[in-house]
Amino acid sequence: MTLQPVIQGKAYVLGDNIDTDQIIPAQYLTFNPAIPEEYRQFGKYALAGVPAPQGGLPKGHVPFHAPGDEFVSPYRIIVAGRNFGCGSSREHAPVALDAAGIKAVVAEFYARIFFRNSVNGGYLIPFESVKRLCDTVCTGDELRLDVAAGKLENLTARESYELRPLGEVAPILEAGGIFPYARSKGLLKA
Amino acid sequence: MAGMTLTEKILARHAGKPSVQPGDNIWVDVDILMTHDVCGPGTIGVFHQNFGRDAKVWDRDKVVIIPDHYIFTADAMANRNVDVLRSFVAEQKLPHFYDVGTDRYKGVCHIALPEEGHTRPGEILLGTDSHTCTAGAFGEFATGIGNTDAGFVLGTGKTWLKVPPTLRFVFKGELPPYLMAKDLILAVIGDIGCDGATYQAMEFDGDGVFCLGIEERMTLCNMAIEAGGKNGIIRADKKTVDFVKSRDKSGKPFVVEQSDPDARFAREWVYDVTKLKPVVAKPHSPDNRAYVDELKGSAIDRAYIGSCTGGKMTDFRAAARLLKGHTVKVDTFVVPATSEVARQLRTERVDGGPTLEEVFLSAGAKMGEPSCAACLGGPSDTFGRLNTPLKCISTTNRNFPGRMGHKQAEVFLASPLTVAASALTGTITDPREFLA
Repeated sequence: MTLQPVIQGKAYVLGDNIDTDQIIPAQYLTFNPAIPEEYRQFGKYALAGVPAPQGGLPKGHVPFHAPGDEFVSPYRIIVAGRNFGCGSSREHAPVALDAAGIKAVVAEFYARIFFRNSVNGGYLIPFESVKRLCDTVCTGDELRLDVAAGKLENLTARESYELRPLGEVAPILEAGGIFPYARSKGLLKA
Repeated sequence: MAGMTLTEKILARHAGKPSVQPGDNIWVDVDILMTHDVCGPGTIGVFHQNFGRDAKVWDRDKVVIIPDHYIFTADAMANRNVDVLRSFVAEQKLPHFYDVGTDRYKGVCHIALPEEGHTRPGEILLGTDSHTCTAGAFGEFATGIGNTDAGFVLGTGKTWLKVPPTLRFVFKGELPPYLMAKDLILAVIGDIGCDGATYQAMEFDGDGVFCLGIEERMTLCNMAIEAGGKNGIIRADKKTVDFVKSRDKSGKPFVVEQSDPDARFAREWVYDVTKLKPVVAKPHSPDNRAYVDELKGSAIDRAYIGSCTGGKMTDFRAAARLLKGHTVKVDTFVVPATSEVARQLRTERVDGGPTLEEVFLSAGAKMGEPSCAACLGGPSDTFGRLNTPLKCISTTNRNFPGRMGHKQAEVFLASPLTVAASALTGTITDPREFLA
């Protein structure tokens, strides 16, 4: 993945403390993400552990996948509250979201290992919002994320929201992950 | 120059710097990399993709591979993943592999690491599991990482880290017989929240910590991740050094350090442990704290004693104190963390009478094979897994929705004493009722 300058698509909204067991339940960790066909399978089970009333806020009970495509979700950006990705260190969590077509998550803040895995593996962009957005944005809203400017527009609600700068992880995301980054810096043989 | 915390000192030394400050991004040399059957196959894939099919790991002696998650299952994919580990070990000629079905099989990696002498003060230990922070109990920097980071370490022996600010938790006084380290850490998580230590180190200090045995210190550090902590750490004392020397086969020198008197802590909490009461974390978050006496009489369907958090000898000795001579009222599952713990349960006697295993079996509990088992759900045939929406009281570490299997299951986290007392009544029960 290289950094897309603009990400546009529908939002899927979740609450606080969405842990990695909700993002990808443990029984699906038997797939090996290093095998492309199995990587694709993770898309099918992404967010399978989120209890239905908490999936797709504010109403809840919104399926993450649409009929006709069991692997790739129609949603492109996840909007969530505090401590997104807490719990286990499983890299299968950002893998599952990537396999399901998620390009960015906008949360208040992240659990450390999920953030690191998202950046170092180059799976998705973990943005932090300045204000809590999971009570503002509705599942299905059309969002436009200007990655370079760090600006999020809600085309449905005609609002825009401020995001925190990506800071020191921006060059790693731009390179596409820790391996291409380290090669570009001469830390690894090209 | 201002003083440094223990975590800062270890990171500075491994970055080849005289000092570091919170917020610094540094590259460090890694002493031990551990992986298991769930994250090993992905890590090995990342390694091969980036360093080449014929690449060799940076140091065979520093890689430890411990299958422990999905072991006693008929799941073909889970068994395939152990085969991926076996091929890699053969290809790389790795000496530290604890294979399933052999005498070397151990079980839960975080307990196996110290048993097999892979934890030493002053070192950096990284593992593809969030509870790798358990090893902070040995005075080292230990934290969980993902497959990509682990693949990078396999090839280079290095990783980048942001130096965390350190929070200090001081426990004063000697722990009363009805409390365990599990109560202390659940009290801390209840106070600071399951994001209260995000990106920060948690150092445990005070006479209340140093009067604890090594296993109880491991329980404290183990759940640092449940508060979002990057690592939990306790400086090594004589107990630590004696334990490490009794287990270390390498004879490598290690460095015993402590936080400087003028080290800067981001915040400090002080607890008088003599005034604490038994704690549970209610569904569905480890910070959803209640005192056991507030929930007295709430019905449960199942009790579970096991995992890296609550499946060590100290945990089973505590449970056996209450279960001896009694019968459980609900399904009770006992899962030793490692094969060494399992062996000891079969040989160690309670007050010169029955063995611990005999105590559990005659109380009506079911005994499982050493592994992570139902702590994280796993395949549907996993021993003790919550396949229906049961209420379970458990010595494990996490109770977010679906953690032990079913999404509507309710998991209460508690100490082995509280779990054993509750197993005897079928309701959430204060262990003081049985210890009086």
